[in-house]
Amino acid sequence: MTPSPSASPVREVRWAGRTAVAAIQGDIDLSRSVEFQHQILLLLDQHPQRLVVNLTDVPYMDSSGVASLVKVLSRARKAGTTLTLVGMSPRVKSLFQITRLDNVFQIMATEEEAVS
Amino acid sequence: MKQDCKKPVRLSILSTPAHLPIVRAALEKMCEAIGFDPEAVGKIILSADEALTNIIKHAYRGADDRPIDIELAPLGEESLRGLRICIRDYGEHVDPSRIRSRDLGDIRPGGLGVHIMTHCMDELEYRPADGGGTVLTMVKDIQSRRKETRT
Repeated sequence: MTPSPSASPVREVRWAGRTAVAAIQGDIDLSRSVEFQHQILLLLDQHPQRLVVNLTDVPYMDSSGVASLVKVLSRARKAGTTLTLVGMSPRVKSLFQITRLDNVFQIMATEEEAVS
Repeated sequence: MKQDCKKPVRLSILSTPAHLPIVRAALEKMCEAIGFDPEAVGKIILSADEALTNIIKHAYRGADDRPIDIELAPLGEESLRGLRICIRDYGEHVDPSRIRSRDLGDIRPGGLGVHIMTHCMDELEYRPADGGGTVLTMVKDIQSRRKETRT
């Protein structure tokens, strides 16, 4: 079921040692990208060694969502946190390819692959 | 079904981000009815969404109560050959010479919308609208993916 547009972009955060996994839900577009960025930056403030952003339940993302992730990547690099994106739908993956950011981000197919 | 979708669909929305998912849903159904493959559908939706986002952010400077008119017009007489999307706003006219995509090698937030639209659509034209504002016309040919494959 598609989450309501007013639902929190971060559905849950799980920790395994110093690895944080953030499960994201719903479309990340102009109406939700600011909140999405804010929530992920708050997570970065907890200084994880690795941050995995699980996009399995994100059917759609626009350039504002990509811009939020670029901001998060910049902050993660400064903090020494490894950022990994997992679970991209074909449409979200296509957006990263079109903007040539698929070579900038660490992208993996599954959460298990990223955490192992 | 195909016969019915030869007629244009017109949507009038307000410049609120809350209306964007509604336009995306309508566009998805239209594209599927015309016969675009899933990859092309995704690119068309993304392009229209980026155009509307630009209007909200730049032409209307974030105001959420200004009008935007959208026309989705299937192309082709006997058989459908594509889709034309016209988006009209009533805000500050955008000088086309100032609309360009940024260098993708410059990794920073923002400025990707125009690159996305030019990459995903076959035609893209901005022109001043009668009475103020801007009309953006975008065309996607149903055969364009095959053309890309050949080149």
